[in-house]
Amino acid sequence: MIAVPIRRFYQNPSIRELIRPLGQIISFSAASSVVLSLLILLVALVLRGTAVNEYALSHYQVDILTLTLKNLPQVLIDGITLGFVYAAIALGYTMVYGVLEFINFAHSEIFAIGAFVGVEVLIAMNNAGVFTGISLWAAYGFLIIAILVGMVAAGGTAVLMEIVAYRPLRGAPRLVPLISAIGVSFFLQDLIRLVESLTTGQFHRIFPTFGNFDKRLLISNFDIAGTTLELNIQFKSIIVIIAAVVMLMLLNYIVNATKIGTAIRAVAQDRASASLMGININLCVVVTFLIGGALGGAAGVLYALKFTRIDPFVGFFPGLKAFTAAVLGGIGNLTGALLGGLVLGLLETFAGSYLYIFTMGAAGAEYKDILAFAILIIVLIFRPSGLLGEQVGQKA
Amino acid sequence: MMKKTLTVVLLLAVALIPVAVLAQGGTIKIATQSPLSGGQSAIGVDIKNGAELALEQLKAPLEKMGFKVELAPYDDQANPDNGVANSKNIVADPTILAVVGHYNSGVQIPSSENYHSANLANVSPANTNPKVTDRGYAEVSRIVGRDDVQGVVAAQFVHSKGMKSAYVLHDKTAYGQGIATFFQQEAKKLGMKVQGFEGTEEKANFDAILAPVIAAKSDVIFFGGIYDQASVFFKQAREKGYKGMFISDDGYDSPEAVSIGGPALLEGGGLYYTTVAGPAKLYPGTAKFQTDFKAKYGADPRPFAAQGYDSMAICLKGIEEAAKAAGNKLPARKDVAAAVRKLKDFNGITGKINFNEKGDLTVAKYFVIQVISPDPAKWNDNKIDKTLDIAPPK
Repeated sequence: MIAVPIRRFYQNPSIRELIRPLGQIISFSAASSVVLSLLILLVALVLRGTAVNEYALSHYQVDILTLTLKNLPQVLIDGITLGFVYAAIALGYTMVYGVLEFINFAHSEIFAIGAFVGVEVLIAMNNAGVFTGISLWAAYGFLIIAILVGMVAAGGTAVLMEIVAYRPLRGAPRLVPLISAIGVSFFLQDLIRLVESLTTGQFHRIFPTFGNFDKRLLISNFDIAGTTLELNIQFKSIIVIIAAVVMLMLLNYIVNATKIGTAIRAVAQDRASASLMGININLCVVVTFLIGGALGGAAGVLYALKFTRIDPFVGFFPGLKAFTAAVLGGIGNLTGALLGGLVLGLLETFAGSYLYIFTMGAAGAEYKDILAFAILIIVLIFRPSGLLGEQVGQKA
Repeated sequence: MMKKTLTVVLLLAVALIPVAVLAQGGTIKIATQSPLSGGQSAIGVDIKNGAELALEQLKAPLEKMGFKVELAPYDDQANPDNGVANSKNIVADPTILAVVGHYNSGVQIPSSENYHSANLANVSPANTNPKVTDRGYAEVSRIVGRDDVQGVVAAQFVHSKGMKSAYVLHDKTAYGQGIATFFQQEAKKLGMKVQGFEGTEEKANFDAILAPVIAAKSDVIFFGGIYDQASVFFKQAREKGYKGMFISDDGYDSPEAVSIGGPALLEGGGLYYTTVAGPAKLYPGTAKFQTDFKAKYGADPRPFAAQGYDSMAICLKGIEEAAKAAGNKLPARKDVAAAVRKLKDFNGITGKINFNEKGDLTVAKYFVIQVISPDPAKWNDNKIDKTLDIAPPK
């Protein structure tokens, strides 16, 4: 009779809202991984009788099916890691859209600011010699500090941006705040460029090497079709995934189980009525930007951790893709942003990793976006409001 | 209204004429174009600094003739669009008589079209793509080797190390793709298996590109491109478990490369690069240059700084010769270009410089260098594996 206490435990709203997204995350990642893996294996099976197989045999010494299988675990891990980065950024787009119904195109620069502030903190620590011979715990502690500082900086910038550039335009036609957002985006991009080039003239930054983030965790070794398959994952991929999952759980908790979250949802549904009920609209909008910005900033630091090099334009493509992910999942829908991010990250990585082999070297990884976005267009043709979006009428 | 505007414009134009005439009086400017900001500025700034140092030290003969000699530095940001836009400004400034320029072949090639149509001398300190001189422009000369030799040197080197298979990547610029193509051709000719040949503009996320590369398990990975991209790529390849050899090109020659990549790059098969400009200390004539450079800029010269110095020295010498021929008057651009090309056995700090009819060095130096320390401060101590003197292909 253990089921009863569990059910009672789950019915506690605060605990339910913490656990529910975990279930969603696991099921979404598993489902999209399985679907894409099966698809790619099907393609490999179809290609087995063609020249592609001979290409694989001559260039990689294995047949196409084994090659596909061998790459699969790494591709899945990379795809899911990228997917979580996209999801964390996409949540910023989708939250602002849900509340204000406009696309905050400057969100990609919020991401870049988070990345730069976090990395600058770590570079300063590195220059001060903090990282020489530190323990693993300390390394993780410093990383968490950098992520938190990045979140504060990005969240603060987002709030400032809202107050300066968007609030005065709240009653204006829809296109006006959109143009303002593009202007803010350029301004922030050049601001980063200016600040970063003051010291050395270089405006890219390198994530310092410390801790065990670059190392790999061996999960298992097993044999498939005569070749040993090594299943291992980088520590930094684990960090990115865990950090993103924790953030998504916290976000879900804030939005669904707290008073301010309820207020934000009310504002999203109907701003005028919410105001009549005594909800402070400006506070809700500011909190929305703060949360969205902080998520974006954390995603920025995680992105820098994973990919080492950042420059002031680093936000552009991840931002664009996260926006796409938000649309793919159904813009305005938080769960949709998560699903969209995961699907897009996986799609992109699958396309990039297999395109070169499947086209016998004719079209390389650089064409990954064409394939990923072609699929996006197809999805949107059949589901114009996104995978999880609902058909809702325009707000008055 | 229209009339009023026109009058103002005319008045302004009239007011400006004497200024323009005065400035032209005795001033000679020499422009530099290199990336002064952005990811490749570490090298670009030192090309400019080398040229600046040369200008200060060697302008005396021209000043004696009564000219005022100035540097006009331009930032091409390693971007063809900026380079071409700058080149239009440079050509439009009549006091500029020569250009020391460009770090990236992909920027030099379109920009020099403008120099060519304005008969403006351009001495390149770093551009290695064959097309730089193969167009046969009388204005364009370079003091470094060519990629159709450098790529071959790299391929022969890895072959001599017993490598049987290679994976070739490039950055899709004229320079990177060019040298990668020459490497690939020679590797195939030597019987090596080239398992892949791919270009990418990606600078951070190499996950997808690396999947087929890692699966191929090549003995060596060649990257045709610049250090700020190549090093990130190499780092991520090592993180994914690649254990073979890395080799890159003269675009890799920067201490930044190891500060980006970290110690992991040197593991496994090691890290090598070929270059057309070894560390300054390799050249016997650079002892004074090194101390002067360090005194003025507070750091050791980076690769290509000495070439920047020599390019400027050649420009100054060419202008001097042309001015002498014109009777100590301001020479025409065309004459400067001709004088630069005509220099015989010019004593540069990097050696004796003679140009052939296309503007290539009659004999250029090529180096194969092994990176031995992850410390950027020790970049100049890297091990010289091979030094070759090769004439340009006919």
